[in-house]
Amino acid sequence: MKETKKELIMKTALILFAKKGFYVTTIADIAKEMGMSVGNMYNYFASKEALAKELLLYTSKKFGDEIRKINELNITSKEKIEKIIDLYFSMAVNEPELVDYFMRVYLSNKEIFKNGCEGMLCVSAFVTEIMIFFEDGVRKKELKNQDFFVAFGLFMGYIGGIVFLNNDGVLPKPLSEYVKDVSENIYNALKA
Amino acid sequence: MLLKPKIIWIDGVGCNGCSHSFLNLPYIERLLNKIDLVYHPILDSLEFKIEKSDILIVEGALRENFPKFETNLIKIIEELFILADKVIAVGSCASFGGMFGEGLIFNKEKIGRFYACKSKVINLPGCPIHPEWLAYLLEMIIHNREILLDEENRPKEIYSFTSHSGCVRNEYFDWKVDAETFGTKEGCLFYNQGCQAPFTHSSCNRILWNEVNSKPRAGIPCFGCTERNFPKENLFQTDTMMGIPTKIPLGVSKRAYLTLAGIAKSLKNERLEEKLFSYKNKK
Repeated sequence: MKETKKELIMKTALILFAKKGFYVTTIADIAKEMGMSVGNMYNYFASKEALAKELLLYTSKKFGDEIRKINELNITSKEKIEKIIDLYFSMAVNEPELVDYFMRVYLSNKEIFKNGCEGMLCVSAFVTEIMIFFEDGVRKKELKNQDFFVAFGLFMGYIGGIVFLNNDGVLPKPLSEYVKDVSENIYNALKA
Repeated sequence: MLLKPKIIWIDGVGCNGCSHSFLNLPYIERLLNKIDLVYHPILDSLEFKIEKSDILIVEGALRENFPKFETNLIKIIEELFILADKVIAVGSCASFGGMFGEGLIFNKEKIGRFYACKSKVINLPGCPIHPEWLAYLLEMIIHNREILLDEENRPKEIYSFTSHSGCVRNEYFDWKVDAETFGTKEGCLFYNQGCQAPFTHSSCNRILWNEVNSKPRAGIPCFGCTERNFPKENLFQTDTMMGIPTKIPLGVSKRAYLTLAGIAKSLKNERLEEKLFSYKNKK
């Protein structure tokens, strides 16, 4: 029961944080949205920072679990790239709070996460799957052997940027229509 | 107990490094008194002849048409092999082909020419072997003790460990603090220096060399010399794919290892990140 309630709080907080930002959103806002007292909220999360960290772990795991399914498919690295991008863009459209939380809260407010989420600590579920994807591609001689962060930055920076443009309403076409071209570009940059 | 087993030590294609290593056994005289070493290529012994033995020790690799005693090496080893009760393949060359050719029952990838008789063979890979490993094995045979072997016919008592076990650099491995350059006393050799200890079966850091040291302790990466694929190329360089080591510690999935490594690296051990002598305890 407590776990279900906790999940509901997290989902509500995720939407509010992603929409309004971390600092503007208060525990009282989340409690109000949940129809709970502020005091009761603290039975579930010791602080707003603790809630933010749990959400980071949650979003990272959610991305990680989905990429893991793609990693386990018996398809080429080129096909995997397209599936990962399709997944990311679909999430950005269908569950925008997940992607927004990552970009608007985690990447923009690193100070919130400095105690307990240092380095890759809270995003390792997601980063590990990307590592496995890259390593597997090199092992199969489909991707070029290079520094991990050079490849990671190219991959995530590019698709994050496209989602950012989409959220700002700059893109003339729906996000899904960019999957093929973006995938092609990433594959060309990473291929062996 | 087997009274003074009759032993023939024959050398194939190799460097006699395992013989030299064996001569460093601190109590070699005591051991030699327990055996009847009828032939050895370096030690004083009788003139070589084909004869029956309790234990045939083969050092060095096999190679087709390699001249030996006015005939050829493989013919001699075949004849000795048939007449021997037990065969010990001493060193990586005799065990797996190593530097010079073919092993007795295994090669790097395929099986060896004596594979059909593998129940008779015990492999003691290493380049060279540790003298204590051979002494242990001979004592076990002399005392008729059961010797448990792994899937590559290596005694489990020696090879179920990895070279990593007992390494004095393990603290650095745990916290993912790498030795960035060759020859440093501090830092782990796994990520940059080519160390193969976490996936190499041996007791090098448990039974020390010359009773004092091991390669990683001295700053040299483990070369993986007890494994079938020895030697790999670029022994002082860790093979990576997108920065991730191509081989990871035994017994753990890549996903689990990468997760754990990422966490350890993120948490950072400040003491190990800098020179030990310059670290000041901040508490």
